[in-house]
Amino acid sequence: MTMPRHNEQRIVRDIAHARAGDKGNTSNVNVWVYDQADFDLLKRSLTAERVKQAFPTLIQGEVTRYALDHLGGLNFVLRDALEGGVNSSLNLDSHGKSWSYLILGVALVEGDER
Amino acid sequence: MNKPAFRIGTGAGFSADRLEPAVDLAKRGALDVLVLECLGERTVAFAHRDRMADPRRGYNSLLERRMRALLPACRAAGTTIITNMGAANPRAAAERTLAIARELGLTGLKIACIEGDDLTATGPRDAAMMDEPGRLSDVDMPIVGMNVYLGVDAILPALQAGADVIIGGRLADPSMYLAPLMHRFGWVDTALLGAGSLVGHLMECGMQITGGYFADPGVKDVPDLANCGYPIAEVAADGSAVITKLPGTGGCVTTATVKEQLLYEVHDPAAYLTPDVTADFSGVNVESVGPDRVRVSNASGRARPERLKVTVGFDAGFHAEAGVSYAGPTAIERGRLACDIVRQRLEQVHGIADGLRVDLIGASSLFATARQYPADTQDVRVHVALRARNKSVAETMLWEVESLLCCGPAGGGGFRGAITPAVMTKSILIDREHVTPHVEVLIA
Repeated sequence: MTMPRHNEQRIVRDIAHARAGDKGNTSNVNVWVYDQADFDLLKRSLTAERVKQAFPTLIQGEVTRYALDHLGGLNFVLRDALEGGVNSSLNLDSHGKSWSYLILGVALVEGDER
Repeated sequence: MNKPAFRIGTGAGFSADRLEPAVDLAKRGALDVLVLECLGERTVAFAHRDRMADPRRGYNSLLERRMRALLPACRAAGTTIITNMGAANPRAAAERTLAIARELGLTGLKIACIEGDDLTATGPRDAAMMDEPGRLSDVDMPIVGMNVYLGVDAILPALQAGADVIIGGRLADPSMYLAPLMHRFGWVDTALLGAGSLVGHLMECGMQITGGYFADPGVKDVPDLANCGYPIAEVAADGSAVITKLPGTGGCVTTATVKEQLLYEVHDPAAYLTPDVTADFSGVNVESVGPDRVRVSNASGRARPERLKVTVGFDAGFHAEAGVSYAGPTAIERGRLACDIVRQRLEQVHGIADGLRVDLIGASSLFATARQYPADTQDVRVHVALRARNKSVAETMLWEVESLLCCGPAGGGGFRGAITPAVMTKSILIDREHVTPHVEVLIA
């Protein structure tokens, strides 16, 4: 098990898992809560605006969020967020496969911060 | 009529996927169909480059090893193989497979070759881009190939002809799963085409649904990932399916692995476009029905897109990478100094600044453009990447990075450099009337 991080800001990875994929210069990251009881917390922590604001230099285009409420999942479509995409990006990870962990590293917005 | 479940397995989810778990699945899976999905957009462009260099090539480089291992097992089990390993040269791939079948004594094996996706000679040269401004003719690079995504219309005639092995080029990934389901169950309703496309979408990346691309120690532990098994879909006539894998294989099939794959490379879950249908995954139910058994149901679909997507590949010159490492106290400081020196010299001495990127692996690389994270490490690697149309420019970059060994900061070591061909792809749309797939059956 991972060590509990006392007195630290909780992050999305503490309640959810994610997978990233690419099409051209658009990345999509789907995020799923382990426990449906955390879905409201996830939705409030990962609004489209909050995701865009977390990575303003990386995400050049708009962020669209789709929700699958009955499965506890969010799907983010991040336009112009792959440094040109696999055709032209010089990032070691030119597909942005690791972007799932960018999203999982975002801080949760706990109840009293609403 | 209550037909038994139709069993489809995946034996490859990308061009370089593993073989020995596919052989295991072919032998023990009691499969109706084994699909090997081996093409990405860029894979086809690279295959066209291979074919230009040698007209006998241009198909998946692992085709021979895969066919040699899978043909006997699939014939023994009565399993039909469907694959897009033909890439830029399905004819050569089918002929090579025929020769292997004869060598193995598989007399009478029917190998169907699907062609008609290659529009390199006939496709429009100045079509508008599909998902960005501009036209093909704006691109200042030579076209290496154009391939239209073929759907079930191209695959069904091969199934009707009783083929044992179906080889095509740019067959759309989900269509390779949907076609045999339509053939088996007689589906025509768009909701069922959506359901079959969901099966294809979930299965097409192979182990990404059985525990691959998933493990995160402590929160998402996957048993025996090193021996991960490929997936099996047991599909019912109503379009619902159970995703599972062989007993005794590593990996896992859980609602979590299935959900991650459900929206992998999907934008709007209610509008997933294939050549066959506009699939709707937004109401899909995902439920565990036993160990390593997850049932998916309630996918839907609407009319197929009017036009078909075409991938256009261009010769983009070269991609060069070079690196040198620093370790111990002040590794980060020495690495950063090396990064600065490389940038300065490439620009000032050689005039190379465009298409260049310099990272410090260990301190900041993958997320370098996203965010700065604190780094505390004594082991870093300078990584220099360059795209160049001219190979000598790429060679100059490698030379400059190697020169750091004697001329750079203290204690640098481990230089490596490589130059590889580069391709670029763009997408356009084409009217269906310009596309005429055809099937030829070769008999061993």
